Amino acid sequence: MRILSLAGRRLAASLPSLLIILIGVFLLLQLAPGDTVDALLAQMGGGGDAATTAELRRFYGLDVSVPVQLGNYLWRLVRLDLGFSAIYGKPVSTVILERLPATLLLMSASLSFAFFFGLLFGVIAARRVNGWQDSVISTLGLLFYATPSFWFGLMAIVLFSVHLQWLPAGGMESIGEGFTGFTRVMDIASHFVLPTLTLGLIFLAIYLRIMRASMLEVLTLDFVRTARAKGLDETRIITRHVLRNAMLPMVTLIGLQAGTMLGGSVVVESVFSLPGLGRLAYEAVVQRDLNTLLGIVFISALLVIAVNFLVDLLYARLDPRIAREGS
Amino acid sequence: MKRFLRDYARSPAAVVGLLLLILVIGMAGTADWFFPRDPLALAGRPLQWPGANPRFWLGTDNSGRDIAAQIFHGARIALLIGLVATSIAVGIGIGIGAVAGYYGGIVDDVLMRVTEAFQTLPNFLLLLVLVSVFGSEMSTVVVAIGVVSWPAPARLTRAEFLSLRSREFVEACRTLGMRDRQIIFREILPNALPPVIVYASVVMAVAILLESALAFLRLSDPNVASWGNLIGLGRDVLRVQWYVSAIPGVAILLTVLAVSLVGQGLNDALNPRLKGR
Repeated sequence: MRILSLAGRRLAASLPSLLIILIGVFLLLQLAPGDTVDALLAQMGGGGDAATTAELRRFYGLDVSVPVQLGNYLWRLVRLDLGFSAIYGKPVSTVILERLPATLLLMSASLSFAFFFGLLFGVIAARRVNGWQDSVISTLGLLFYATPSFWFGLMAIVLFSVHLQWLPAGGMESIGEGFTGFTRVMDIASHFVLPTLTLGLIFLAIYLRIMRASMLEVLTLDFVRTARAKGLDETRIITRHVLRNAMLPMVTLIGLQAGTMLGGSVVVESVFSLPGLGRLAYEAVVQRDLNTLLGIVFISALLVIAVNFLVDLLYARLDPRIAREGS
Repeated sequence: MKRFLRDYARSPAAVVGLLLLILVIGMAGTADWFFPRDPLALAGRPLQWPGANPRFWLGTDNSGRDIAAQIFHGARIALLIGLVATSIAVGIGIGIGAVAGYYGGIVDDVLMRVTEAFQTLPNFLLLLVLVSVFGSEMSTVVVAIGVVSWPAPARLTRAEFLSLRSREFVEACRTLGMRDRQIIFREILPNALPPVIVYASVVMAVAILLESALAFLRLSDPNVASWGNLIGLGRDVLRVQWYVSAIPGVAILLTVLAVSLVGQGLNDALNPRLKGR
């Protein structure tokens, strides 16, 4: 319970940030050339007489002053109404909800991939510090960190989809095959292999470096010496004693980088034409669908805050001292 | 200085990074000399493989432009973006971090809330918003990248200031009646600077990657020989002429690698205690 109240307090503390983001981006978008009505008219092939334009502006609530519009917008957000997307012809919340599953799937898959292998490689590198395994892993980490994700994705498509023809080059599932049940799950999974690797690679690089450093740090602490003195074997010391403590910085990083990962999914979803939130953001920018863009900003910020909330809970579980000190 | 150089040269990775960085700077410096023509001008038949024509040793892209020329001129753009965007980000970061860390209290609270807001919003998304509002000329893109990258340097500066502001030398300055501005910039900042400068290498690496991603999505300046633009262009012919995308990607990879290796080398040479981590 104490953990929950602590994390809840952190959650409440993120509300001002959310408000700053919304007001800031709303005002920023006021500077954009053209509004929703202009975009809509442009899509209908231009034209539209003054009366229709004015009518449309009133319909979208654009005929009042900016502060009033902002107030209206925030009040609608409180009621979870994100407005109407003129480009897609449906409420923004519907558009976003349609796109959310692909992004959530991609993010959680990449995060698990990066976390698991980062942990594994970090531990191996730290166990054999300055040995050849360490050199290979550290070099790979540096290379992965410097690789532009979209380029890695393109090269993976060339190798695995075009030449070897092992995996599909894009999309979320095979269209028109009518797969159901298990076949469909496997089909979607095969479509997510390359995007997951592409998005996860840079985080894998970061996690393995942090894990290695943190393992080396924890291995020098007194309780490890005590465990060794008790005669525990090395594997047991690593898995039961060191790992739990060494994982803390990695868990912190998940929270810090949730935003970066969401940003990275914009590019990765474009490379693999996945119908996700990131691709929606890109389309909204290209089509000047500012209402949708603002909605995505709001949802992304909520996602980042939610991830941080979960990280806080996890953190307090891993290190019980945190919950005790916090109360 | 001599000792610093020796410490730096002890790490092979740092030396490799420095050599790579010199190579990229050399490419940027000699671009006009080797390739005096406009790199974005038509040079020959489109889509010639590297080596197929001795005039274009890295081949030509889908619109018949010399890839080697674009790589050399692209080095300039990459370094320019990296340096300017990083200066903007570190400049804003130091300003905000110094004020927040030095004054503390409500000033600190307000500034940190703003910093948190920037960190909560995915920075690539904010970049998209900025580009869609202000357009995608090169200068706008560079400023936008700088504007989305300042929170981390700000936090770092703030942490340094928090630990330095109650030191004796600062107390002494206050007793002498020095003004806040003098204490912040003349006394504390030089002491707080080294970790921030080292961190700037990370900011620079990320800035180059951000621009290339933006260019790949065709949201950056199309009238500039940027490596990301070339990758985006090569995507149209990816299935067969994959070299059009592959070559500039290697250039980005090596540049970012060079910047991060040099940064890490500086860090290790400046903090010998952390060696071996």
